[in-house]
Amino acid sequence: MHEMSLAESVVQIIEDYARREGFARVKTVWLEIGSLSGVENEAMRFCFDAASRSSPAEGARLEIVELPGTAWCMKCSESVALGSRQDPCPRCGSYQLQVTGGTEMRVKELEVD
Amino acid sequence: MCTTCGCGKGEVKIEGQEHGDWHRHEDGTAHSHPHTHEGDHAHDPGGEHLHIHRHEDGTVHSHPHTHEGDHAHDHGHAHGHEHLHYGLGPAGAHAPGLSQERMVRIEQDILGKNNEYASANRRTFAERGIFAVNLVSSPGSGKTALLCRTIEALKGRASVSVIEGDQQTAHDADRIRATGARAVQINTGKGCHLDAHMVGHALERLAPPDDSVLMIENVGNLVCPSSFDLGEAHKVVILAVTEGEDKPLKYPDMFAAADVMLLNKTDLLPYLGFNVPLCIEYARRINPGIRVILTSSITGEGFGEWLDWIAAGAKAASGRRTETVDALRRRIAELESQLSALSGRS
Repeated sequence: MHEMSLAESVVQIIEDYARREGFARVKTVWLEIGSLSGVENEAMRFCFDAASRSSPAEGARLEIVELPGTAWCMKCSESVALGSRQDPCPRCGSYQLQVTGGTEMRVKELEVD
Repeated sequence: MCTTCGCGKGEVKIEGQEHGDWHRHEDGTAHSHPHTHEGDHAHDPGGEHLHIHRHEDGTVHSHPHTHEGDHAHDHGHAHGHEHLHYGLGPAGAHAPGLSQERMVRIEQDILGKNNEYASANRRTFAERGIFAVNLVSSPGSGKTALLCRTIEALKGRASVSVIEGDQQTAHDADRIRATGARAVQINTGKGCHLDAHMVGHALERLAPPDDSVLMIENVGNLVCPSSFDLGEAHKVVILAVTEGEDKPLKYPDMFAAADVMLLNKTDLLPYLGFNVPLCIEYARRINPGIRVILTSSITGEGFGEWLDWIAAGAKAASGRRTETVDALRRRIAELESQLSALSGRS
C-alpha cells in the first residue's frame, strides 16, 4: 500500500492540529491501523520517520495500535475473527464473509508538548 | 499530485494544464489548496471545548469553557497570571517542575480528506442524477476498448461522459472523443491512482449533463485505486482472461471493493488454458456478492447484460433526482400556500 503517502497524510493532519491547537512539538503519535488495511507496519514506521522531518512530529514516537480483522459469516450468522481476506470462516470454513472490521487507518491521539 | 499521495508533486495535469494545488516547501511543510476544507473538529461554538493559551513566557494552559451565542473566540483573555490551571495534566494534577504534556484527541481517518472530496462528488452526482462508475483493472485489460464499444452501444439510450486517468498522454481521451462522447484526461504524472480531488476538478471541466452516465477510467493498477473513493456508485473491475485465474486471490482488496467483475477478452479463450469457473470461484471467495459478466469487445459477448446493468443504474440515479426535485416542488407548494394564508390574514 501507500505507506509513504499515508505517512505524509498523517503529518499533514498533525500540522493542521498543531496550527489549530497551538502546540509546537509532538512526543507520541497513536495510529489505529486495521490488520486488513494492507498497511505494512514497518514500512509505515520508516515512512513516518522520513515524512515527519521538519514538522512538529519530527522525532515523535510512533505507536501503531493494530485493530483486528472481523467479518460477518453469512453461514454461521455470527461475527468472526479474520486474519486475512483470503481466509475462510474459522468456525465453519465458508467464504461467505462480509468484512466488518480491520480496514481502519486512523490518527487516534497525540501526546504533545 | 493527489491529496494523500506525495508522489508526482505538481505534476498532475488536467487536460494538459497544471493542477498545481499542492506543493511542499523545502522545509518539509506542505501547503494545500485554499478550498481544502478541514475537518470539523475545531469548534462547536456552543458546546464545551478546550481553548489553549500560550503566554509570552512560553507557558501553556488550557481551560474548558463554553460560548454563549456566537462564535466569539477572540475574547481578550485578560485573566492575567492569577488564572493558572494546574489540574489539566494527564494525571489531573500538577507535578512541580514538570512541563504539562497534553493529549490531543484526533480520531481522524488518514484518508479523511479524500473521503470528504469523494462525499462532495457523490452529492453532486445525486443532485444531478448522474450514474458514476469507477473502472479499475491492471494495464492492458481492455478497459478503453470496452468503454468505446459501450459508448457506441449506448448511443440513443444514454448520454455518456468520461474521465480518463493515465500517468501520461491523452491517448485514451482521444480514443473516447473519437466515439463522439465527451472526455477529460487527467495525467497523474508519477501518481498511481486517481483521487477524489482530481475527479472533482475534472467534473468542473466536463460538466456532464443531468441524468447521464459518467465513466471514470482509473489508472491501470490492480492495487492502489482500491483504497481511494472517488464518489462513484460502483467500482467495476475488469480482468482479462490473459491475466490468470488467481488474480482475485492475489489482489483481494481490489476485487473486494468492486461490485462487478467483467471477465474480458473471452474471444481469446480458445487459445488459452484459462479456467473460467475457477476464476469466478476465486472472485466469489474474496467477494461473495460480486456480479460476474463475461465480455468481449471484439464479439460483443456479455454486452447485453453489461448495458442493462448500466441502464438500470442510470435509471435509479435519475429516479432519485426526480424524487428529490418532486419533493422540493411539493415543499415549495406547501410553503407558498402557507404564505398566502398568512398574507391573506394580515
